[in-house]
Amino acid sequence: MQVSISHKKLDLRRVLKDRIFYIGVIVLSGITVLPLILILYKLVREGISQINFDFFTRVAPNTLEAMVAVANNETIPGGIANGIVGTLLMVALASLMAVPVGVLTGVYLSENPESRFAGTVRTIADILQGVPSIVLGVIAYMWVVRHITNGYSALAGSTSLSIMMLPLIIRSTEETLKMIPETYKEAAFALGVPYHKVLFKVLIPSGLSGLLTGILLAVSRIIGETAPLMLTALGSSRINLNIAQPTSAVPLLIWEFYNDPNMVKLIWSSSLFLMGFVLFFNILAKRISKRWKI
Amino acid sequence: MNAEKVTKYILTFAAIIIVVIAGGMAFSLFGGAVPAFKEFGIKFIFSSEWNPTEGRESYGALPFIAGTLITSMLALIICFPLAFSTSLFLGEYFKGKKIAGILGTLVDLLAGIPSIVYGLWGFYVLKPLFVNIGINEHGLGIFTASLVLAIMIIPYATSLSNEIISMVPDELKEAAYSLGATRREVITTIVMPTASSGVIASYVLSLGRALGETMAVTMLIGNANIIPKGLFGMGNTMASVIANQFGEADGLKLSSLIAIGLLLFLITALVNFLGKLIMKRIY
Repeated sequence: MQVSISHKKLDLRRVLKDRIFYIGVIVLSGITVLPLILILYKLVREGISQINFDFFTRVAPNTLEAMVAVANNETIPGGIANGIVGTLLMVALASLMAVPVGVLTGVYLSENPESRFAGTVRTIADILQGVPSIVLGVIAYMWVVRHITNGYSALAGSTSLSIMMLPLIIRSTEETLKMIPETYKEAAFALGVPYHKVLFKVLIPSGLSGLLTGILLAVSRIIGETAPLMLTALGSSRINLNIAQPTSAVPLLIWEFYNDPNMVKLIWSSSLFLMGFVLFFNILAKRISKRWKI
Repeated sequence: MNAEKVTKYILTFAAIIIVVIAGGMAFSLFGGAVPAFKEFGIKFIFSSEWNPTEGRESYGALPFIAGTLITSMLALIICFPLAFSTSLFLGEYFKGKKIAGILGTLVDLLAGIPSIVYGLWGFYVLKPLFVNIGINEHGLGIFTASLVLAIMIIPYATSLSNEIISMVPDELKEAAYSLGATRREVITTIVMPTASSGVIASYVLSLGRALGETMAVTMLIGNANIIPKGLFGMGNTMASVIANQFGEADGLKLSSLIAIGLLLFLITALVNFLGKLIMKRIY
């Protein structure tokens, strides 16, 4: 009798500990997502009033215009069109540079999984993925700003962004192609299909959704990058389509607005837009990967 | 030459481009850093003087190295209980349930917020809050930066360790349950020891991310070129000093900033390499 009572006491203590641990996990998990809700709330509450048609079609106002509008309690005139165009231009250019090299390297790695050179390339891609974006900005400054465009330029911005995209695309391409059954390739070879056609007509099309997902996720990663662009693209007050000229981008505009007390109101609408832009690519990528699973 | 060979050459060429890019990066960083190291020698790393006055120029990276390491470690410490609980929530308690899917998506969204937006939020929401509570008079500094940095690395730490935790074989856990263990006991005696090296690796990799974060830290750390005095003091990190001063720099100062970039590159590469090494040993 005595023994069973002490057992019960012990059990109670263990069950209690178990419950407390469980509640702790749930509470801390809740705290983890709290910042997300707070940030989104702040962006929507402060930003939505500035978003109108002009916001997408006009370039950023100068300090004086903004100051007058704030003094008269009006919405600040102008928008972020120069930033939107600049972001689209630089992201497109970066993708143009990173996608072919990234995909081909990914194919190389999946075709030569055991070779020593492939191992080296894999390690290098891993290291590249860990390089801080600001360091990539320094690199693009030294390579492009100094020697190619002789000044801040969209091309320099895209170069830093494309080096950021490369390891992500390589990794996702390799992982996708690894999952494609060997029998697809064997069947094609058995029919006498030449090697390049097996790669480009069988292998890559079967893994297209995975490849696209990886590319879109890489794009969503670079859209919000600010630091490397500060050292490379610099910013511009007008819409610029010349890749050898300084160019604005949405995150660069946010940085300018942040440093200008008259423009504070535009910070939130621009951030809300940027956030939406990132989410759009993120969700698109996940949709594609769900829709066309191998 | 036949088509098969050409295809193989093209693929190999793409892979060589990656090696050339990485090699070129290392080469350029070393090359750009040479003037600073020639002028200051190894003292560059251990000197805490940052003086751009012409004629008496003297640059040392110690304040920034210290600032980077302190904010990143502090961020890791703040991040750990939150990220670990979330990964237990996702990979153990509610594994495969709908609520885990929702929480997982929300945590993923956290990773989608651009660094500059975190910085704005920290500046306009956390800073006034800290001033009101009376933590310090200006609300900026090491602690503010680390707190936001912690939030930023939570998604990486969570998703990596969640993967490891959900890989722990059910047989092991079931064996413990059959002996009468409670859930907490299963977690502390079975799940954690089995997953420990993977969980450690995921925090090492998250540390690698924290070291290089720029914008949010730049906006919150106070940008004082000194070794931080205490938890609430101001400081500067390697990434943020580059972001702040690169634009107007030339000559020796530019070389010093590139040298800081090189050091940052080496530190993050080392940390990431360690993380990957631990990860590889598990699989």
